[in-house]
Amino acid sequence: MKLTSLMLNINGEDRTVIVRPADTLLEILREKLGLTGSKPGCLNGDCGACTVMVNQRTMKSCLMLGVEGEGTEITTIEGLKGTPIQQAFVENFAFQCGYCTPGFIMNSQALIQAHPNADDEKIKEWLESNICRCTGYEEIEKAIMSVIKNPGT
Amino acid sequence: MIPFDFEYYKPKTIQESVDLFQTLTEEGKHPVFFSGGTEIITLGRINHLYTEAVIDIRDIPACKVMEFDEHYLYLGAGRSLTEIEDANYFPLLTATSKEIADHTARNKITLGGNICANIFYREAVLPLLISDSQVFIGGPEGIKAEPIMRIFDKKLQLKEGEFLIQICTERKYLGVPYVTVKKRKQGDTGYPLITVAVLKIDENINVAISGLCPFPFRSEQMETYLNNSNYSIKERIDLAVKHIPDPILSDTEGSSEYRLFVLKNTLLDCLTELERGNM
Ligand SMILES: Cc1cc2nc3c(=O)[nH]c(=O)nc-3n(C[C@H](O)[C@H](O)[C@H](O)COP(=O)(O)OP(=O)(O)OC[C@H]3O[C@@H](n4cnc5c(N)ncnc54)[C@H](O)[C@@H]3O)c2cc1C
Ligand code: FES
Ligand code: FES
Repeated sequence: MKLTSLMLNINGEDRTVIVRPADTLLEILREKLGLTGSKPGCLNGDCGACTVMVNQRTMKSCLMLGVEGEGTEITTIEGLKGTPIQQAFVENFAFQCGYCTPGFIMNSQALIQAHPNADDEKIKEWLESNICRCTGYEEIEKAIMSVIKNPGT
Repeated sequence: MIPFDFEYYKPKTIQESVDLFQTLTEEGKHPVFFSGGTEIITLGRINHLYTEAVIDIRDIPACKVMEFDEHYLYLGAGRSLTEIEDANYFPLLTATSKEIADHTARNKITLGGNICANIFYREAVLPLLISDSQVFIGGPEGIKAEPIMRIFDKKLQLKEGEFLIQICTERKYLGVPYVTVKKRKQGDTGYPLITVAVLKIDENINVAISGLCPFPFRSEQMETYLNNSNYSIKERIDLAVKHIPDPILSDTEGSSEYRLFVLKNTLLDCLTELERGNM
């Protein structure tokens, strides 16, 4: 087995891991670093449950090798504790089983950062990247809209 | 989990990539060029692709360009689709790209990777085919430029060890009227039933299609009929579809009859819109 040592900057912290170059970022986060907030769903780029941010852009961590992450800034759901968007998901009951929630929160946070005044079309374009099997998406939309309208709260 | 191991290389120059490919081939490692990696990772996971070495081209400066000179726009093969959309230098390419996969996936999928992908949709190539773009290719014989219409026959015809560096498009194509339509079986994301990209230049219509056949294509023979103003638009389409290359896909997305039906209606909408000068 080919192994390599890798330095990843995750949630502002440098972490060194020994990985196979063939390991996806999702596998490394969950199995090597205990960051289990990013969820394995389809593992095929379809569902968005594994979404993280790499240099402020959303990435499906099942579609990225860990080795690609060297020299980048990676943010996972564990790095968004206490953010307005996390609170908004709680207050708007924007989940049922919660499996899709970390991915939705990551995507919403990236959207709010990149487009603080996103219109409906932009929100739809971005949020189509994630799938929820439980809710009707309405509460998720409400949660996001509440932060876009009141960014400070 | 990807059930095999490979080495990961990120060369800084075209020559280094070419040399690496050659060395790794001699070592029996079946190297592949790696751009967004989305297809390599997903096909690798299910054992539909095997390699012992990947060569990531995205650190090569020529693969990262997104710039103009006096006559051309240059887009690096390693640029992600969303980077190209955000810059929006080529509105038809932006509009076609925005319908590929979903926004997050397009942060990873690259222009070069989509054009060279194994899946047969490769929708990002459509605007490049109808704008007579040129491709720059690196390989053991050096760097060459080729008109995409000459080198894209069902797929980009690359020789062993060659890779796509960048694409260049004449400025005169960037602002012309266009229509791009993607019809899916269901929903607003994912692979197409039929995608059609049409542009109008010098009173001529250029058309490229994905999803109809197991490869994207632009047919100059079909265009001859579509541009024949002696006939009504409907008649032109009826004549043009007789020259669709074989075979027309028939699968769970749609039967060949249904695909043809959807294509004719889509062409009718596109041509009518362009004739009205709506775009
Ligand atoms: C959820 C999802 C939905 C999708 N929906 C669509 C869709 O609707 N329409 C569509 O067209 N695509 C779609 N795709 C994208 C498509 O399936 C491929 O995954 C993608 O186009 C590959 O791009 P990449 O940059 O990741 O390439 P990679 O995975 O890096 O490479 C793909 C192939 O091209 C080769 N290659 C890469 N770069 C070069 C180069 N510069 N020169 C020579 N060869 C090269 C590689 O060796 C490999 O064989 C979708 C993907 C996902 C994950
Ligand atoms: S697990 Fe990554 S997109 Fe589904
Ligand atoms: S809350 Fe269960 S999948 Fe979204």
